[in-house]
Amino acid sequence: MSAFVQITDVTRVFGPKLSLGEKIAAKLGGNVETRSVRAVSGVTLSVRKGETLGLVGESGCGKSTLGRAIAGILPPTSGTVTIDGAPVMADGTKATTRVQTVFQDPFASLDPRMKVGHTVAEGPIAHGLTTRADARRYVADWFDRVGLDPAWVERHPHQFSGGQRQRIAIARALAMQPDVLICDEPVASLDVSIQAQIINLFLELTRDLALTSVFISHDLSVIQHVSDRVAVMYLGRIVELGPVGEVFGNPAHPYTKALFGSVPKLVLDADELVRFETIEGEVPSPLSPPTGCNFHPRCPCATTICQTGRPSMEPIHDYRSVACHHYKACLGKEEHD
Amino acid sequence: MSDTNTPFRRFWTEFRENKVAVFALAVVVTMILLALFASVVSPQNPYDLANLSLMDSRRPPGFVGSGGYTHLLGTDPQGRDLLSAIFHGLRISIQIGLAAGFVSLTIGTALGITAAYLGGRIEALIMRLVDLQLSFPAILLALVMVALLGQGKAQLIGALVAAQYAYFARTAYGAAKAERGKDYIEAALATPLSGRLVVWRHLLPNCTPPLIVVATVQIANSISLEATLSFLGLGLPVTEPSLGMLISNGFPYMMSGRYWISVYPGVALIILIVAINVVGDQVRDQFNPRLRK
Repeated sequence: MSAFVQITDVTRVFGPKLSLGEKIAAKLGGNVETRSVRAVSGVTLSVRKGETLGLVGESGCGKSTLGRAIAGILPPTSGTVTIDGAPVMADGTKATTRVQTVFQDPFASLDPRMKVGHTVAEGPIAHGLTTRADARRYVADWFDRVGLDPAWVERHPHQFSGGQRQRIAIARALAMQPDVLICDEPVASLDVSIQAQIINLFLELTRDLALTSVFISHDLSVIQHVSDRVAVMYLGRIVELGPVGEVFGNPAHPYTKALFGSVPKLVLDADELVRFETIEGEVPSPLSPPTGCNFHPRCPCATTICQTGRPSMEPIHDYRSVACHHYKACLGKEEHD
Repeated sequence: MSDTNTPFRRFWTEFRENKVAVFALAVVVTMILLALFASVVSPQNPYDLANLSLMDSRRPPGFVGSGGYTHLLGTDPQGRDLLSAIFHGLRISIQIGLAAGFVSLTIGTALGITAAYLGGRIEALIMRLVDLQLSFPAILLALVMVALLGQGKAQLIGALVAAQYAYFARTAYGAAKAERGKDYIEAALATPLSGRLVVWRHLLPNCTPPLIVVATVQIANSISLEATLSFLGLGLPVTEPSLGMLISNGFPYMMSGRYWISVYPGVALIILIVAINVVGDQVRDQFNPRLRK
């Protein structure tokens, strides 16, 4: 298994930015939040060339932060990200154009005052992928590839719908001719009918351009549709990793199982009110994560070891691993119920 | 939507709906034109001492002087035709107001955007200095600066800039800080594009609307500040009176019934400042999304 994108022990801590006044208040015992949030905690992960890795988890689990670290937008507090052996970041700034990002909100990710053609062209011009004289044709080509009328390059973002804007954002990312594409919830802010179009476009382009990609979403059906492998995150850690069919068909981690169980489904022959399974309790505050296994306060099969020992990622077999002390016993017990 | 629907055209369509603002804009444009062509439209060159006759000094409006023409607004203590002096004074006032406005706009915007973009210690340093300066009244700073720099057009502009750049720095900082956190800046930086490129192509253009609003108001403020300094005798040399100095020159004669020497330049100043402010208010309303229907 050859790792194309290698993420090694990446941790990202967000500390509160204290003003001088707050620092003094904290020293004097005032009620100032000085704890920091570990958004991503020691994540090691690899993405193979040409595959799509789905990154799934609840809001606030750190999946976007991990995505931004892979994309070279946010320097990790510790750990490294490399693409084909070359580091993505150097001295806290992005050192490569080989990874590009499609952002969640296409209404915020395009400069409202710039013609969309310029937005797409400026990166390739700055990095010598096209010349100023040839930029128009270059951008028109990419517009064509993402299903936009090349004549629209002269327009401003406000003249487009959400789906069209997301196509422009995809064109901007792909015009940089990246090897790796990070999609940070690219369809979450779009209408369902548009979501399908954008997902089909994504699948088509990743296949045609042989792109390696990381697709971040909280939408399980989207992840299932686009990914080759899937990584499930909970409170800053990966809890389960494996081929999408296996993870979805037979989840090993109790959190994954609970997450899939809580998806509302259409029950056609229900005579009475259908109740969906939910996960017990609340997501713990990332300011004070639980000891031991992050999931133990909400886990149906937690024992004393879960309160003290943090489980590491253990391989189930060659391509699949899980971070749980009891994944065999727990799953077995559930099935006997 | 067609391509003719440019931001400027949309702006003008909305601006046109406010008849008062359109009238005020017409007044401002007229006064700028009068100032530009002051030497053509004035019956007399008030700065040419050879043209002036002390025999004509302090004459009331409508007086026919030694030049053989009617002084529509009367004459001042040096025997200048007041109408000509007002046109030329307007020229100086507008010149100084615009120059001071644009220089402060440039310096203030550069400081504010630098602070917002770089953050950290540089941000703290620049913005605390600006805050410190904003806690002093602008007129006080301008007085001190004029006292330090001496008299003259360039010195006066320097003093006005020193008193006003902080307002632009605050506005630019606020706007840039808000834009800095938006996805399109992050997307540009993630390409990666250089910081210089991101500031010039993305950050600066998106900070212009509030800066245009402040610029309009601050140009009016520079004009009135300059008038105040001139009135206090700290502005320009007596040979080239601006509106403030004309008012000051006539001030001793107010009580002796020769009201016109002070009042007409004052009226011209008020019309100019009020007109600019009305235009500025309309521009502000149009740029403020919360007031949009």
